[in-house]
Amino acid sequence: MRIRSMPSFIVLASLIFSSLAVAQNNQAKPGPSKEAKAASGPAPRHDISGTWEPANGPGDGIQANGVKAMPNDGKPGHQPPYSPYGLQVYKSHHALEGADAVLPGFYDDPRDKCEPLGFPRMNFYNLRETQILQNPYKIVMLYQYATTWRVIWTDGRPLPKLVDGGVMVGNEVKEPRYYGYSVGKWTDDTTLVVDTIGMMGEDRVWLDTAGRPISDQLHVTETFHRVDQDHLDWSVTIDDPKMYTMPWVAMNKFPMRLENPHEDVMEQYCSPIEMEKYNKLFGDPSSAPTGKAPEK
Amino acid sequence: MIKRAIPILAMVTFLLSASIPLFAHHGTAAFESDKKITLKGTVTEWFWSNPHCLLRFDVKDDTGQVTHWIGETQNPVTMVNGGWSKASIKTGDEVTVTLNPVKNGLPLGRIVTVLLPSGKTLDANAGIRNNVYK
Repeated sequence: MRIRSMPSFIVLASLIFSSLAVAQNNQAKPGPSKEAKAASGPAPRHDISGTWEPANGPGDGIQANGVKAMPNDGKPGHQPPYSPYGLQVYKSHHALEGADAVLPGFYDDPRDKCEPLGFPRMNFYNLRETQILQNPYKIVMLYQYATTWRVIWTDGRPLPKLVDGGVMVGNEVKEPRYYGYSVGKWTDDTTLVVDTIGMMGEDRVWLDTAGRPISDQLHVTETFHRVDQDHLDWSVTIDDPKMYTMPWVAMNKFPMRLENPHEDVMEQYCSPIEMEKYNKLFGDPSSAPTGKAPEK
Repeated sequence: MIKRAIPILAMVTFLLSASIPLFAHHGTAAFESDKKITLKGTVTEWFWSNPHCLLRFDVKDDTGQVTHWIGETQNPVTMVNGGWSKASIKTGDEVTVTLNPVKNGLPLGRIVTVLLPSGKTLDANAGIRNNVYK
């Protein structure tokens, strides 16, 4: 049942099919200047600290279609190497975005309830201005989305071992964590390799907005390469023997650029109260089903 | 007046009584992306929030009947990148809103532009265009 036309005395004027000519708002965030791109100093040794943003644009890390290196766009070569169980879990996810996106109303991403995204999904959902602080013992990454953080130990401690129900740290079994347990090692003056284990399972978190799965058996390897003074390349490999038959690259040298250290980073948060109000006022009313949901 | 209101009322009632899914959030499938409607109205709320900001405005027809419209934008960070802010719009502002309406005919849509009382036009896609530098 559809209303095809609003009463004419309510709607003013025209259905416009060509694009409006609108003056660009001159307060919009500008792109990097050619001068800024060209001039940069040498990379400092063992240092990835700073306020970083995606080098190709403030939204280049939004990743609405899924992980940067393997968006779920239906193109050949963009399907991760699912195990049979991994494919089954993927198909059980009703994602808002990607090649298998479902109709509105059938969507069940935990993000919609403002669940913690966890790691590594924090790298694949609205990756924006990222503040990295470091001291001799640890590196702390402050993500813009959800104003959340994670710790990478660089004090030489070993990566914990995965055990049933969690991880073994020394003689102690510790719980799985949304952001896992990370250790980092410098492999040369400008390259930091970070391993993370002990993350939450498939009943709590997704890998990305397209619904790719991860399990508590996941081992993530990141490489941070300080290219020069102003640039950082960020790579992520997913190794989850429960969900995938082999390791695969989810982010391949994603370029970040250094911002002014005095930059104020805005909050981007998920508020259950705001989400509820949005769904009540707009999300649910606009999502009246238009037909049967496609079979997965 | 009542005759014209009945289809709208019936649609709203139908939708409310149907099994409306909880926590529905969507990409772009709900909108008629190639259609634009321009409306003049009075702002009742500029809701600066994630995942979308909402502009609530009342449009009054010649008979005095008021329709409560809601337009959504992208999230606040993207909107700031496009030159918007929480202070850009105030309750009581007389605005002209162009939007892509939703497919089911309710007074909801995705904002394209907002012309403010000052004469300035806010472009809802400016932040999206800035997302990746060409």
